[in-house]
Amino acid sequence: MEVKSEISTKYSDLYLENIGKITDISTPFLNSFREEAMQKFRSMGIPTRKNETYKYTNLDIFFNHDYRNYFIPVPSDFTKAEEFSCDIADLDTHGLVLLNGFYPTLNGKLKQLPSGVWIGSLNEAARKFPELVEKHYGKYANGDSDGLVHLNTAMASDGVFVYVPKGVVLSKPVQVVNLVHSDVDMFNQQRNLFILEPNSEISIIICDHTMTPQKFLTNAVTEVFVGENSHFDIIRVQNEHNNACKITHTFIHQEKNSNASSNNVTLHGGLIRNSTHHLLEGEGAECLSLGLYLADKFQHIDNYVNVIHNAPNCSSNQLFKGVLDDMATGAFNGRILVQPDAQGTVAYQKNNNILLTDDAKMDTKPQLEIYADDVKCSHGATVGQIDENSLFYLQSRGINKREAQLMLMFGFAHEVIQNIRIEPLRERLDNLVMQRLKGELTRCASCMVKCG
Amino acid sequence: MLSIKNIKAEIDGKEILKGISLEIKEGEVHAIMGPNGSGKSTLAAVLAGRDYARITEGTITFNGGNLLDMSPEERSKEGIFLGFQYPIEIPGVSMVNFMKTAVNEHRKHKGLEPLSASDFLKMMREKKELVEIDSKLANRSVNEGFSGGEKKKNEIFQMAMLEPKLAILDETDSGLDIDALRIVANGVNKLKRPDNSSLIITHYQRLLDYIVPDIVHVLYDGRIVKTAGKELAFELEEKGYDWIKKEVEKNEPSWK
Repeated sequence: MEVKSEISTKYSDLYLENIGKITDISTPFLNSFREEAMQKFRSMGIPTRKNETYKYTNLDIFFNHDYRNYFIPVPSDFTKAEEFSCDIADLDTHGLVLLNGFYPTLNGKLKQLPSGVWIGSLNEAARKFPELVEKHYGKYANGDSDGLVHLNTAMASDGVFVYVPKGVVLSKPVQVVNLVHSDVDMFNQQRNLFILEPNSEISIIICDHTMTPQKFLTNAVTEVFVGENSHFDIIRVQNEHNNACKITHTFIHQEKNSNASSNNVTLHGGLIRNSTHHLLEGEGAECLSLGLYLADKFQHIDNYVNVIHNAPNCSSNQLFKGVLDDMATGAFNGRILVQPDAQGTVAYQKNNNILLTDDAKMDTKPQLEIYADDVKCSHGATVGQIDENSLFYLQSRGINKREAQLMLMFGFAHEVIQNIRIEPLRERLDNLVMQRLKGELTRCASCMVKCG
Repeated sequence: MLSIKNIKAEIDGKEILKGISLEIKEGEVHAIMGPNGSGKSTLAAVLAGRDYARITEGTITFNGGNLLDMSPEERSKEGIFLGFQYPIEIPGVSMVNFMKTAVNEHRKHKGLEPLSASDFLKMMREKKELVEIDSKLANRSVNEGFSGGEKKKNEIFQMAMLEPKLAILDETDSGLDIDALRIVANGVNKLKRPDNSSLIITHYQRLLDYIVPDIVHVLYDGRIVKTAGKELAFELEEKGYDWIKKEVEKNEPSWK
């Protein structure tokens, strides 16, 4: 057992201060996890760089801080939030807006779409559909190597709930806009649960934004159950300010012949750490994990991908690319675990990076653990500069150097975007990437949502 | 149009061009031939502004301007075009976007408004037909997955789009089958105008069956050792380069 650090004690105290209020607003089932999760968190603490999966990420600057507020909404917050209007730009989606991880309305917290799909607040779903929540909640999130998952289980009380009944195909994506808004420095945690019954299909777009310049720390856990022969896409677009820290943990449990893609597009953010887990539990499951990260100044972006092949004849593919400017740093750690029974596994992984300055830094680490013998597996990683030959080729046609560099960076990033499976989103993301590379993307107003 | 005077250039401290002088006038087609390693591609690189070759001596003026003071993009906008020996594949950058940016940069340089999307596409279509490039190639990323012949045709297509005053074609014929060679040569011939010029760099005489040069130069060991009319190309094809080497060595007994 690790000795409890001073920082971890802070969060343990925060728990004690707030657990009364948290318990009051949550169902007994969600509350039943809290004490045990807190004990686990206390023994594991905030991950340090001694933790192999956090080797290149120092959480101290964001965790070693006295947040003036741990966000638990009171009715007046909801009233205020209801006035808060947010038009999601013309992308045709079922939209929902979350404020600091909570579903910001008093009524109508859970709605059923004509197709039969339920979307809304997890806190509400735990009351309305206790059997469903009890069947799936806490079953896929795994905190064995990450105390922050336990911290979330111990304290989170709301987030997004999506339920797709058997055989239902939702053609329009669901778009979740996560707004972080506070007048004081704030820590908030969010918990999402998406359930796809067999033969169903849904895409979920999650946009992370910060609305006010305070220091923010978000620790979000998402659990996904993808039933047999179902099709699931999750796309996270992160556009937060440099004083915000976002930690996401996404656990995607995949049944037989299911197909899931996870996509992390990080446009802007102070410290971002996405851990994405694909648990291939049924034969013939397939997954695609994509990531694109663009960082400058002192930003740090860490992607941890963990694909677990637990069944035969599954395939997985990871493609992560990044462009780092100024003093920005990044990390990629891609794990592929092939269990002894997972014969016929096909697993690929690729991580390519461009560093624009001598001070930018990237650590990339493949981690392959293969215990089956009939396996096709490959991985590759590169860290380099903009290719001089390509640059000259563009310049030789009259394109100035700055523009040529932009085109090359865009082309580099486009390989990730063009693989995203929601086609109407691609063009929008291409534009956002271009704006970001030009240094124009600084606030929410220039992004996918226009809020006021 | 182009005046090269006593250009010397080195790569990694090794002198590759050892004093080259060359004049190209409007409407002329020049060919530079020579054995491998004679400095042909370095000369092309120096003209286009590639910085791996360091110029130690000499001057180059292009339409009265000092070419060596210009960036590669300025040279292009002033009317120099280099057809690459090995065109670069650029994944993720579409041909359309690439050419639109380039054409509009050229227009801006001339004080013209950018082309509208429809005018640009019309121009693409016309030029594609002119150089017989498969229309699908223009919808792909720059040279990505193109065959050797497609890449060379794409160079000629770009040349057609940019309408240079001086086209430098660096070993454009290498690796082409006879059909591709004919298409490439036809493209060059169709783009020929009384006020533009070409510099064809080649190892073989083959391309010169289709593009007839006014003047042929032989480059050997960093120097132009022979200049004559188009008949020189046939002589080289027949006799190879050995007789040139011997002649050079005879005239310069102190050759190292």
